[in-house]
Amino acid sequence: MTRHLDAFRRILSRNRAASAAFAALAALYLMALAAPWLAPYDPDDESRSHSWAPPSTIRFDGIRPYVHPVSFTFDDDARRVYVEDTTLRAPIGLFVRGHLFGLVDGSANASGARLYLLGADSRGRDLLTRLLHGARISLTIGVVGVSISTFVALLVGGIAGFAGGRVDWLLMRVCEIVMLVPAFYLLMLLRAALPLDWDSRVVYLSIVLILSFIGWAGLARVVRGLVLSIRERDHVVASRALGVPAWKILTRHVLPHTWGFLAIQATLSIPGYIVAESGLSLLGLGIQDPQTSWGNLLQEAMSISEIQLHPWSLLPGAFLFVAVLSWNLVGDALRDAFDPRGDE
Amino acid sequence: MSLLDVRDLSISFRTAAGPLHVVDRVSFSVERSSTLAIVGESGCGKSVTAQSLLGLLPPKKTMVSGSIRLDDRELTNLSFERWREVRGRKIAMVFQDPMTSLNPLLTVGAQLREVLALHQKLSSNALGDEAASWLSKVGLPDPVARLAAYPFELSGGMRQRVLIALALAGRPELLVADEPTTALDVTIQAQILDLLGSLQRELGMGMVFITHDLGVVERISDRIAVLYAGRVVESGPTEQVLSNPSHPYTRALLDSVPGFRPRNGRLASIGGNVPSPSAWPPGCRFHPRCPSAIEPCSRTSPESVVLGDRARACHNPMEPRA
Repeated sequence: MTRHLDAFRRILSRNRAASAAFAALAALYLMALAAPWLAPYDPDDESRSHSWAPPSTIRFDGIRPYVHPVSFTFDDDARRVYVEDTTLRAPIGLFVRGHLFGLVDGSANASGARLYLLGADSRGRDLLTRLLHGARISLTIGVVGVSISTFVALLVGGIAGFAGGRVDWLLMRVCEIVMLVPAFYLLMLLRAALPLDWDSRVVYLSIVLILSFIGWAGLARVVRGLVLSIRERDHVVASRALGVPAWKILTRHVLPHTWGFLAIQATLSIPGYIVAESGLSLLGLGIQDPQTSWGNLLQEAMSISEIQLHPWSLLPGAFLFVAVLSWNLVGDALRDAFDPRGDE
Repeated sequence: MSLLDVRDLSISFRTAAGPLHVVDRVSFSVERSSTLAIVGESGCGKSVTAQSLLGLLPPKKTMVSGSIRLDDRELTNLSFERWREVRGRKIAMVFQDPMTSLNPLLTVGAQLREVLALHQKLSSNALGDEAASWLSKVGLPDPVARLAAYPFELSGGMRQRVLIALALAGRPELLVADEPTTALDVTIQAQILDLLGSLQRELGMGMVFITHDLGVVERISDRIAVLYAGRVVESGPTEQVLSNPSHPYTRALLDSVPGFRPRNGRLASIGGNVPSPSAWPPGCRFHPRCPSAIEPCSRTSPESVVLGDRARACHNPMEPRA
């Protein structure tokens, strides 16, 4: 294992794309971890008078940054036009109300001012805040989902390959049935079968489970194939000859030999989970407002006219893109690290 | 009463083209504290016989008939769970290839402790001590440090010592060694043979030693059974059989070992190959390659003739050499 870690480090040090991706992932996950502190507002802190407010223009008084409060009027096409009230200033400070930064209270005549670094959504909620909080769901759902499906795949594939015979036949047919159904329809079907008004934690959990339910079958078949070949290896026969119980042979002497493969496979399938969650949430079947995920943030960017009027609503897509691409690049580097032919 | 008594053991593989009779009515016995060597070329059924002694043959693909008795307990009809009680505790096995027979992902210590824990209830500390003491018993220098070593950090000879420790950790009554020295170089071979011999004396166990190397046989075994094409062609005390073979196959095997018998000229070889189990020749299975084949050899299969300590199955046995 340490041998592979060394190889992984070596590959990262030579492959700039992979090391950038690794850094990007580290940054994204740190951001998600620190979201409540990094974000200037709470995710459901709304201001109806700032619907679709554009990113704030930050001005400087010496070195002290401040923003002007904004308010809107409608133009001839009934579109909101925001104008700054340059007579009032709302200074930006560090460590405000338990957040890393935010507008400082107390400047009485600017009390209606809001800080929107990346613009606001239809209900005047800060997009940056919602992006950061959404990252917690979008980024963890892949990892948790893959862990669950990998575990199930290990269990099912391991037992099928090791037991053989009728058990094997039955488990593999079950896998095939799951694989037969087109994934996205199955996703929608499963989600539709569950109530929409659950507590957000339960919804999160149910989405993870649904995603894992689709992912395990293909992996289980591969694990079975690996187990079939590993169980014929000399050291497995040797442990049988020494009277080691079957369950221990499977868990100690067979399955650990699939881990290298599974680590790569899991890393490479995380992006699929992230995209699937976004897809579900985009269609309104996943995480529900006021909860936030990158997928449901994109719901507000579903038509060209929306994008034209407030292009910042597309930003969650950019984050998704970076996360998915990074996971793929890291997965590739990991695969190279495990490749016995090594350094090419 | 013998420790191990094998009577009329026949093994066949189920194949799509019908059953393959790999081992045919083989009988032998092993006494306590003594060693039986099973000798023969590749493809004679040696390893299959060894595996059947531990019930390692896949039950769906093989048919085993005859009787294998250990301490008067019949083994051929044991259930899966009963086999586990026998393996490691009563009969243990040392495998041919030390490079692949250890789990590469676990340390030597972890593997030894696992086997030790199967056989006795010990605290974690006691297990560690016990594991180290087994490593020193098999002659590994610095046993405590070796416990933390992974198999890839050890040489072939050291790994074979570890495998021997694993096999002996359950204090078996019978050790089946399937060509344990074949994958090692000659100097290490001698060390491993000496080690097996001294451990056998120490633990008083019986041993079945499978090999194609007659030089090894002379060194380690008390009795020998020569296997050809799935049948025992000759058996008896090692010294007598080697100095005075009565079956032409045994003689031919001996003649093809360099330096075994000082003589001049070219080293003899046995023409042809061991026939395949799908095409055993009729009569004596050795007759197509036999220099002293006579007329009945191709028609009737010779019965085993017991003469004192020895037995042979041949129509035209060799005259004792002067």
